[in-house]
Amino acid sequence: MNCEAAQNLLDAYLDGELDPPGRLEIERHMQDCGLCAHGYEERRALQRAVGGSGLRYKAPAELQQKIRFALRREANAEKPSRTVPRRWFAAAASVAIAALALLVVLPFMRGRAGDDLVAREVLAGHVRSLMANHLADVPSSDKHTVKPWFNGKLDFSPPVEDFAAQGFPLIGGRLDYIDNRPVAALVYQRRKHFINVFVWPASSDKQSPATIIERQGYDLFHWTKGGMNYWVVSDLEQNDLRNFVDMLQTEAAAVKS
Amino acid sequence: MGEKDKLTRFEEAILPHMDAAYNIARWLTRNERDAEDMVQESYLRAFKFFDAFTGVNARAWLLTIVRNTCYTWLQQNRGRELMTEFDEKIHSEQNEAWDPAAQAAKEIDGRMLTQAIEALPAEYREAVVLRDLEGLSYKEIAEVAAVPVGTVMSRLARARARLKRLLTERLKEKA
Repeated sequence: MNCEAAQNLLDAYLDGELDPPGRLEIERHMQDCGLCAHGYEERRALQRAVGGSGLRYKAPAELQQKIRFALRREANAEKPSRTVPRRWFAAAASVAIAALALLVVLPFMRGRAGDDLVAREVLAGHVRSLMANHLADVPSSDKHTVKPWFNGKLDFSPPVEDFAAQGFPLIGGRLDYIDNRPVAALVYQRRKHFINVFVWPASSDKQSPATIIERQGYDLFHWTKGGMNYWVVSDLEQNDLRNFVDMLQTEAAAVKS
Repeated sequence: MGEKDKLTRFEEAILPHMDAAYNIARWLTRNERDAEDMVQESYLRAFKFFDAFTGVNARAWLLTIVRNTCYTWLQQNRGRELMTEFDEKIHSEQNEAWDPAAQAAKEIDGRMLTQAIEALPAEYREAVVLRDLEGLSYKEIAEVAAVPVGTVMSRLARARARLKRLLTERLKEKA
């Protein structure tokens, strides 16, 4: 082996990438050649300096967190249907909480008007949806997405309308539990305020006009029309909410007929 | 269920190599923020294409994605840095008396080394980082950089020759 060949192989030799005959050849050459032996020592010193100077960067802890979070979101987004069990779990949890609340509250509520009890539940449902940051199981402004979502989750099909043109965009829908039964909750937004509309089948065909209940700074409108109970709750200014209720009543009637 | 399995499998196989991913991204981009973006983007791409992963060498597989992501970024942001293959003289120069034992230990500090490595063209820089900081074999580096093993060998040789020259110059300036 001559010097030129040896010099070209010194790095591979240093990195342990030569086969045994190649190693032997270069070792033999270095025994006779001071220049190549020196070249090898230089490379070895440099490699040690690079490897031993703490030059390896480590991923910051926040990056780890960020990536784990992003991956989870990605996994959920890849197959939306896969997340249904989690939503069901959330729904089941809220059912359990509501049921528990009912057990605690019910003994004190006996003898009160039915509407009063429902009003409490509706308000609790509204507040819970905001507190738990759980406004919608199906976040969508498209009524053709929201309405079918309830299929198979409820034994009725709630009327779903978007009022974006009137300044009350549909945000989405979710399941809730009111008056001892699963109900549809439709969520609308008015500027920075949220409106929950709870819908479930009425026990009779009797119609009743919109009635307002004020409670803890919230306004609750409720009425029965077309065989459905409607409860609307928000912290929105009352006249604004009343406009919304009027639209809802008109549209729901149109859908029904 | 299946999706959850995929995420779990991915986390177990690929997340442990985040330091390696960050290290190469940090050296290629030469700054923290872009390195973080590169790593995050790479992880999301890796997850997307995880089904194509054969399960053999998770680290090399991830680093290939990180490398490609970084090179795309380099092309868009620092076009000039790439494709700067030059013919570095590999052979030792007899007149340069670089006493490795004394100088490497005493005078060459981390900062000097960092500057010298950062001054290398990207292809040489990544070879040094993957070999001397990550301990990848030539074959693995060839896989990551999508070049033949022979190219890895010559890049490393040239990179080290250039590093030596840069460091010698710095030491002279200091003296």
